[in-house]
Formats: sequence, C-alpha cells, structure tokens
Amino acid sequence: MEISRHWRLRKQRYSLVGEECPHCKAKLFPPRDVCPECGHEAKTLYNFSGRGKVYSYTTVYEPPAGYEENAPYTVALVKLDEGPMVTAQLTDLGDQPVEIGTPVEMVTRRLRQDGDERGLIIYGYKFRPILASQPA
Amino acid sequence: MVEVVIAGIGQTRVEEHWAVSLRELAFMAIEQAQLDAGGLQPQVLYVGNMLAPQLSHQAHLATLLADFAGLTGIEAATVEAAGASGGAALRAGYLAVASGQADVALVVGVEKFTDVVGSGVEAALATSSDGDYEAIHGLTSTAQAALLMRRYMHEFNVPRQAFAGFPVTAHANGAGNKNAMYQKAITPETYHKAGVVSDPLNMFDIAPNADGAAALVLARPDVLPPHASPLPVRIAGSSSVSDTLALHDRNDPLSFQAARLSVERACQRARISPLQVDLFELYDLYSIYGVLSLESAGFAQRGEGWKLVHDDHISLKGTMPVSTMGGLKARGNPGGATGIYQVVEAVQQLRGQAGVNQIPEARRALVQCLGGPAAIAVTHVLEVGS
Repeated sequence: MEISRHWRLRKQRYSLVGEECPHCKAKLFPPRDVCPECGHEAKTLYNFSGRGKVYSYTTVYEPPAGYEENAPYTVALVKLDEGPMVTAQLTDLGDQPVEIGTPVEMVTRRLRQDGDERGLIIYGYKFRPILASQPA
Repeated sequence: MVEVVIAGIGQTRVEEHWAVSLRELAFMAIEQAQLDAGGLQPQVLYVGNMLAPQLSHQAHLATLLADFAGLTGIEAATVEAAGASGGAALRAGYLAVASGQADVALVVGVEKFTDVVGSGVEAALATSSDGDYEAIHGLTSTAQAALLMRRYMHEFNVPRQAFAGFPVTAHANGAGNKNAMYQKAITPETYHKAGVVSDPLNMFDIAPNADGAAALVLARPDVLPPHASPLPVRIAGSSSVSDTLALHDRNDPLSFQAARLSVERACQRARISPLQVDLFELYDLYSIYGVLSLESAGFAQRGEGWKLVHDDHISLKGTMPVSTMGGLKARGNPGGATGIYQVVEAVQQLRGQAGVNQIPEARRALVQCLGGPAAIAVTHVLEVGS
C-alpha cells in the first residue's frame, strides 16, 4: 500500500491546486517551486478553474497493470484556460465524439484501485466535455 | 581531451531469448566485443539498462556483469536514462577515456523484456514517465506517441498514410541484418491494413520490445594493437541533453528540443554540420518519433519531416539513410541496449561490414537515442579515416 504517496497529492488530485509565480504571474500545474518561465522561486498556491480544451487525445486498449478494469479508456492532454497543460483521462463521453479543441471541465473520479476489495482506491481529476447548453 | 576510438563491437540477435538469462545475454555481447578489440583489458564497465530492477528483479547490474564476465576489481556502474540508457552509458565510457581516467572502457547495453508478459511490461515502461502526473492517469509510452501523432496530423494537415515510409524502410533494411528481430520486408499495403493499437497509431508504427545485448570496447588510440584491423572508428562528438520529463510541461510538445540541442552540440564538437553525415541512426521507437527526430536534427523544417519519408529520402539509396540495419522497428527495441545497437550498426557501416545494407563510402554517422518523448536525447558523431 502506498498511502502517503497519494495522500500528499490530495490538493492537486481533488482540486487542481497549482502555483502562481509571484514574479511573472505565470500559472503552474503541477506545482514545481521554480518558475520555468522566469527561473524565480514560485510557491504561491493557486486554484485552477478546471476548465480547458483538448490539445490531443487517444485511446488505450493495452493498459498498464492496475488499469485493466477501465480499458479501453481515453487519455488526453488538456490545455487549461490559465495556460498549463495536464495529462488526464476523459470521462462521461457518451456518444459524443472527442475532437481537438473540445471544451472540457474537471471532475473527480476513481483513477485506479490497488489490489482486491481491501486495497487502496485512488481518486483524482478527469475531464468531461462541457455541454453546449451549459452556461460557459 | 584524449581522442576516443571504438576498438570492438559485439551484439546478440534481438529476439525472445527465453533460455538465456540477463547476465548470460550481456556476456554474449561482451565476449564478442572483447574478441573484436583484440583482447584489450578494460579498467571500467558501464552498463546501460532501463528495466532490470522491475522486469528481472535485479538491480546493481554493473557489479553483477563485471563479476560474471571475470572482471571483478574494475570500476563498474549502471547508467539509466530510460530508452536512452545505452547512449548515456556510452557517453559515460567516452568521458572516462577522454578524461584520461581510463585507457580502455567496456560499455554494454542489455535488456530482458520477456521475463515478464502482459500488462506488467506496460506498467514498468510507464515508470519512465512522470509517476505522479502522467503514469497515475494510465498514460502509457505508446499513448504518449499517439497524442503526439494526432496533434502532428492536426497541426500540419498530414494524412496517416504518410507515416508508412518509416516501417517500410525499416523492414526493408532489417531484411539484410542477421541480428534483426524481423528480417522480412513489408509493403505499404501491409501498413495501411494493420490494426489500430492506440489511435492513430497502428501496429506498424510501434517498434517491438524484445531481449538483446550489445557491447563496445572504447580505447585511447595509442593502446590499440599495431596495425589494428579493421580501422578504428573515432567518436568525434558526444552530447546528452535533457528536457522536461512530462510531455504536458512543454510549451511546444511537437518540437523535440533535447533532440535538436544534442545534435547541435555533438556536431559542433565534431566541427561538422549535420548535413555532412552519410547516415543517421535515429530513434524510431514510433514512426512519429522518427519524423520529429528528422525535423529536430535539421533535415526538415517543422511540420515537413513526413515529406522526407513520403518521398523516400530515408532509404539506403536516399539522400539521408536512416535505420540502416532495420532501426528499432525491424531490428527490435531491447530498451537500454538499443543505444548501443545503434552504435554497433553505425560502426559496421563505417568499417564497410554492413553487407547488403552497406552505404557506399560511408565515412561519418550521426547516432541518436531518446528517453521518453525526447525527455532526454543522447547523440554521437562517429567518423572513420582521416
């Protein structure tokens, strides 16, 4: 069981908490403490809106160990509205075709389960399409 | 800096070596390279390996291999840089000799993929990506390549068929390499009909993982036996460059910056332009990596590398032959050994020992391996003659 490894990332996994560089205002996710834009220290926490657009996507049919129950699944690079890009699965797709540029929003879902029914269940962010009828 | 030459090469066939263990496989390549180098005795051993701690439950590989090869007492260390482990081990050996710390260095790349079957291999490979922010989302190495290929096709309006040239060229060249995993040419129709693995990637866009070991003996020229035959190949340039580990952390994922910089730096050290090489052993783990590597090295403009492939410039008779002994696609991809195989094959070309795949009067080769989607790139320039 790898409890502390996942527990310490709860702010990132459940609410996309990243950082803002106090020097150049660049928004950073994942948090990385040194701003890649200006090279200064960046440790100011920043809450991302969770909205973005699909930069690219694909389907995984041959998953790594631990992800078999979800396969096939769609994994994407999502460009967040605030700038950074994240890797995440797309979910709640229904019959809707995904395209590059599709607007998506963050939701919390089960990422994987380790071991049997007594194993650790790891939750985190995935993204689903923003329905056209919803207010932006 | 002391000049460094490659005095000996060795390789096993890339395949499923069910009956051979990790240490035995490595020793098969070491023995050949030492024989080829006329029995030069190394003072250091560098091992390039990617996954032995996970796939073979064996870490501390360099000590094991020095021990098994009867070299106990020499310096030994393992170098891990994902898919670029072989190239990184070569660079360590190069630096050891160039710095004067060793007269002779032995470098071996070894990988055994087939000790584990199924989803365990994908899980092991995924540990080379960002564990907390990529692998946890079920992203695989193959999926990373698919994300890049789809974006490339979208941004530059490229049809999927345009990528057929890579596997077709690689398999044509693999047919002339007795150490290749696949020694049979394929047609473009075979590519077009292949099943999709991770859209838009199909089966023939992906190099097969398999077992293999390859070895090099490096030396300073003055310790070579007199009248060494064949001609020693010089390492004229060597460079290793890192990028962000995660693909999502790059401003422009379609630009392999580490690959570009390491070609620039290796060529600068060799005092050449990339256009002055006779062949380019590139890292075609996926067809899209081949395309992006051609662009990064400066052989094509951004978004136009696929045209070199489509117009057949990369075959043995083309203007810039790549994967001349089959590349990763047809020779196979033995993980941390791949970077050493590439160099062994380039040495075969420069020595005139490449058989039916020989590029006439090949004098200079560019060799590059990548870890992850060019999260690290290791590049060497090899030369023969004056």
